[in-house]
Amino acid sequence: MQVTGTVLTTRRVDAYHALTVVAPGIAERHRPGHFVSVAVGGARTSMITRRALTVHDVKPDYGGTVELVFTVRGPGTAWLAERRARDTLDLVGPLGRPFPLPRDPVHCVLVGAEYGSAVLFPVADALLERGCRVDFLLGGAGAERVFGAMRARRMAETTTLTTEDGSLGLRGKVTDALPSVIADTRADVVYACGPMETLRAVTAVAIEFDIPVQVAVEEAMACGIGVCMTCVIPVIGDDGVTRMVRACAEGPVFRGERVRFEDVGTIPFDALGAPGGGARHAG
Amino acid sequence: MSVDMRTFLAHVELANPITTAAGCASSGRELAQFFDLHRLGALATRSITMAPRAGRPTPRMAETPSGMLNAVGLQGPGIDAFLERELPWLAQRGIRTIVSIGGGTVAEYSELARRLADAPGVTALEVNLSCPNIEDRGRVFAREGSAAAEVIASVRSIMRYDVPVVAKLAPDVADIVSVARACVDAGADALSMINNPLGMAIDTEALRPALAAVTGGLSGPAVLPLAVRCVWQVHAALPGVPLIGVGGVMTGRDAFQLILAGACAVGVGTALFHDPYACLRIERELEDLLEARGFQRLADAVGLAHRPPGSAPRHLLVDSEESSP
Repeated sequence: MQVTGTVLTTRRVDAYHALTVVAPGIAERHRPGHFVSVAVGGARTSMITRRALTVHDVKPDYGGTVELVFTVRGPGTAWLAERRARDTLDLVGPLGRPFPLPRDPVHCVLVGAEYGSAVLFPVADALLERGCRVDFLLGGAGAERVFGAMRARRMAETTTLTTEDGSLGLRGKVTDALPSVIADTRADVVYACGPMETLRAVTAVAIEFDIPVQVAVEEAMACGIGVCMTCVIPVIGDDGVTRMVRACAEGPVFRGERVRFEDVGTIPFDALGAPGGGARHAG
Repeated sequence: MSVDMRTFLAHVELANPITTAAGCASSGRELAQFFDLHRLGALATRSITMAPRAGRPTPRMAETPSGMLNAVGLQGPGIDAFLERELPWLAQRGIRTIVSIGGGTVAEYSELARRLADAPGVTALEVNLSCPNIEDRGRVFAREGSAAAEVIASVRSIMRYDVPVVAKLAPDVADIVSVARACVDAGADALSMINNPLGMAIDTEALRPALAAVTGGLSGPAVLPLAVRCVWQVHAALPGVPLIGVGGVMTGRDAFQLILAGACAVGVGTALFHDPYACLRIERELEDLLEARGFQRLADAVGLAHRPPGSAPRHLLVDSEESSP
C-alpha cells in the first residue's frame, strides 16, 4: 500500500542515516525482511525511480512507525538524508517476501555486512519471540560502517564484529569469522544481508556446514513492486531450472544455495529463455 | 456533472482512455495488489514472444534527468506460458487487455497472432515493431514503413476481424508519418506511439556505460514532448486513425496534451514505477481538467489543438451556449 508518512525523527548511525517515519498500515503489515520504497526529490522532482529502503525497526507508536536505514549513494539518498522531522515521505510497502522463520527454537546466526545488517534486527526480534537462540556477526570496512553493534549486543547471545581495517572487532570480513561462529553457537540456520559478494561467501560457508541459509539481496530497483523488470538475478527454482527472477517480487529473501551468485550481472547460458537457448532473436 | 470518458479504439469501446503502457504492468497481478484493474481503460501486457526470454543482463536500468533508461530485453514467459497462466487470469476477471507481441521475423509475429487469434480475452493486439528484424541485419521493423507494413499486414490477416490490430511505432525514425501511413495502409486499425527512443548513460565512477546492454530505451517525462510531437504529426496526416499516445505521461495534464494532439487513449508506463496508482490518478486529473474546461465528452477534446488559428477556445464556446437564454 501507499501512504504519505511523516518523518518523526532523524538520526545518524555512524556512516549511515536513519529516518523514523509514521506509516500506519505499512508498520502493521510489516514482516521481517520486507522493505519499503520511497519517492525522492519532492513533488516536482526529476528523479522518477523510487529508492528501496531497509526497515530497521517497526513500532506501534503513533499508529505505527518504521525506521528506515540507508547510506547516501547519490542525489536521491542525499535528498532523503536532508529530511527533517515533520517532513512527509511517499512510501510504498511492505514489499517483497519476508524471511521464513523456523517453527522450532533453533540456533540462528545473523550475518550482516555494512547497512545490510539493519534488516536483521526485526528478524532477531521475531526469532527471540519464538525462543530461538540469536547470535550476531556484523561487519564493515571500518568501525563506522558496522551497523547496529550496540543493539546486537543487547539482543543476542553473542555478537561478533569484524572490520576490514581492524578498527573494531576482528580484522577481516564477516565470512572469515563465520565458520567459528557457526561452530561455537552450534547454529542450525544462517540469516544474511549485505552486498552480493558477502552473500555469496556466506552461502558458501553455510553449504560447507550443511545448514540452511536465507539471504536478503540488495539489488538496484526502479519500482520495487515487480513491474519494471530491472532487478533480476539468476535463481534456481524448485524444478532445477534457473530463471531470471525479480529481487523485489520473488525476493529479496532467497535460499542462499538457490542464488547463482557467480552469475549475477549475466544471463547464464542455461537460464530459461537465455539467448541461444530457444529465444530466436536478440532484442 | 461528470465527463463522459468513454473512448473507442477502432470499434472497441473503453470505459476510459487510460491504459498501461506495454511492458510496464508485468503480468497485471502486481498492480492488482494496489487497485482494481477494471478501473483501467485497458491493461497492455508486456511484449509476448514465442519462446520464453531471459532478457538482458543487469544493470538494466539507469536513472536519467526526468527519465530513466531501460534495457530489459523483453524478458517474458513466452507465448505458451502466457496463454496458460497470464491471459486466462486477466480474461477470467474480464479485464480489458491489449496484448503486445514482439518477434524477430514476420513469421514469428504471424505465429504469435495465430496463437492469440482464438484466445479469449484479447481486447486488442498491439504489435511492438521496435524489435530487431533478424532478416534485415537487426534493424528494427519500426524504422522502415515497408518492414513494418509487412508485419502488420500478416498479423491483420490472421487476427479475427473484431480484434483491432495496433501498430506500436518508434519515435527515432526519419519520418514517423510515413511509417504510420504504411501501417494503416497495411491494415492497422489503430496506432500507438511512442515506444522508447534509444539513449545512453555513462557511469562516471566505473568509467563505462551504465547499462550492461550499453544503450537502452529512454522513458519518463523527458520523452513527453517527443510523444506529443509524434501524435500531433500523425494525427495531422491521418486524422481518422485512432491513436494511443504513450510517452512520459505523469499527470492528467500530460495525458491532456496527448489528447489535444490527437490521441484518443493514453498509455501510462514509467509513472507506474513511481506511483502504482498513477493510472487512476491520471484518469481523475484528466477528467477534472476536461470538466474545468467545460467538456462533456472526452471525445470532443481529441485532436482539438489542431483547430485553425483564430477559432475560439472551445470551452468558452460551451460556456456561452450554456449561459445563453
